[in-house]
Amino acid sequence: MPKATNADDSDAPDGVQIDLISGERMAGMATMEKIRMILDGVHDGNIVILEEGLTPDEESRLIEVTMAEISPDEFNGIEIETYPKSDTHDSSLLGRIMGGDQAEAKLTVIGPANQIETLHKDETLISALVSRN
Amino acid sequence: MGLFTELKDSISRATDRLFSEQEPKRIGIYGPPNAGKTTLANRIARDWTGDAVGAESHVPHETRRARRKENVEIERDGKTVTIDIVDTPGVTTKVDYEEFTDEMDEDDAIRRSREATEGVAEAMHWLREDVDGVIYVLDSAEDPITQVNTMLIGIIESRDLPVLIFANKIDLDDSSVKRIEDAFPQHKTVPLSAKEGDNMDEVYDNIAEYFG
Repeated sequence: MPKATNADDSDAPDGVQIDLISGERMAGMATMEKIRMILDGVHDGNIVILEEGLTPDEESRLIEVTMAEISPDEFNGIEIETYPKSDTHDSSLLGRIMGGDQAEAKLTVIGPANQIETLHKDETLISALVSRN
Repeated sequence: MGLFTELKDSISRATDRLFSEQEPKRIGIYGPPNAGKTTLANRIARDWTGDAVGAESHVPHETRRARRKENVEIERDGKTVTIDIVDTPGVTTKVDYEEFTDEMDEDDAIRRSREATEGVAEAMHWLREDVDGVIYVLDSAEDPITQVNTMLIGIIESRDLPVLIFANKIDLDDSSVKRIEDAFPQHKTVPLSAKEGDNMDEVYDNIAEYFG
């Protein structure tokens, strides 16, 4: 599987690389493979957009691994944005058995904490400012 | 996680809870930094045991280790409910030591940020492995629709843990309990001021009802 490339710093254009990862690409990956792919991209200063987001357990582990990698003056962590859960979502065990966990898959944007600033967020719109650093 | 693994884990958790009825339930106090979690934990502990749980501060990440206060006996309507309260570090996805440099020198700020990151990871571990219920504390003067709140509530729900949302700091002028109720309508929201001790009777009624 080809890796999302990162331009070498010396000839990097004056812009921000955005990796849009399809649900299909994520489907065959283990939790730690997903987290590694996301954090490797973010460490390189990229904005990672997941077509179908992460499960709650994967989000929990992403927070844990992110915390372990924070380093003063090098990496402050991540900014992550998804739409808030809709009121109608069925989070019961039965709901998840019936496929609710998959149905909640939502576009997710992840980037370096010092490069993304959320301007507005509600149930249907996320507006964010992305800077080159 | 596969469907059947998830089903098995869910049944296992329910069975564990059933057979450990005599053990006090561990109730994790979760929320973002500076929501008043330790102030609440101290209020509950002082009201029912006479002791405090930990230091409180306006500087974020004062609590950097999860702390458990065991056997807190709460009396309601002639019955006693015994719980362990676990005060956890505020959860975030980012920690910048420069946030603390106005309050302390750089070395202390860097140390505080390192401990804070360890504390967040510890809080997540407790949530996945070691709590039986959650009190989710929010500052009612702040916008509740943040990514951390959305993610944490989702994680708590995915683990089938009973959860109460506490809208703290109702003594502040900008407080809006309705904003929190509207953000998380699927859960009971209880207004309070842990600092002032406002509405604590309703707080204890709900703790006894949800976690007793």
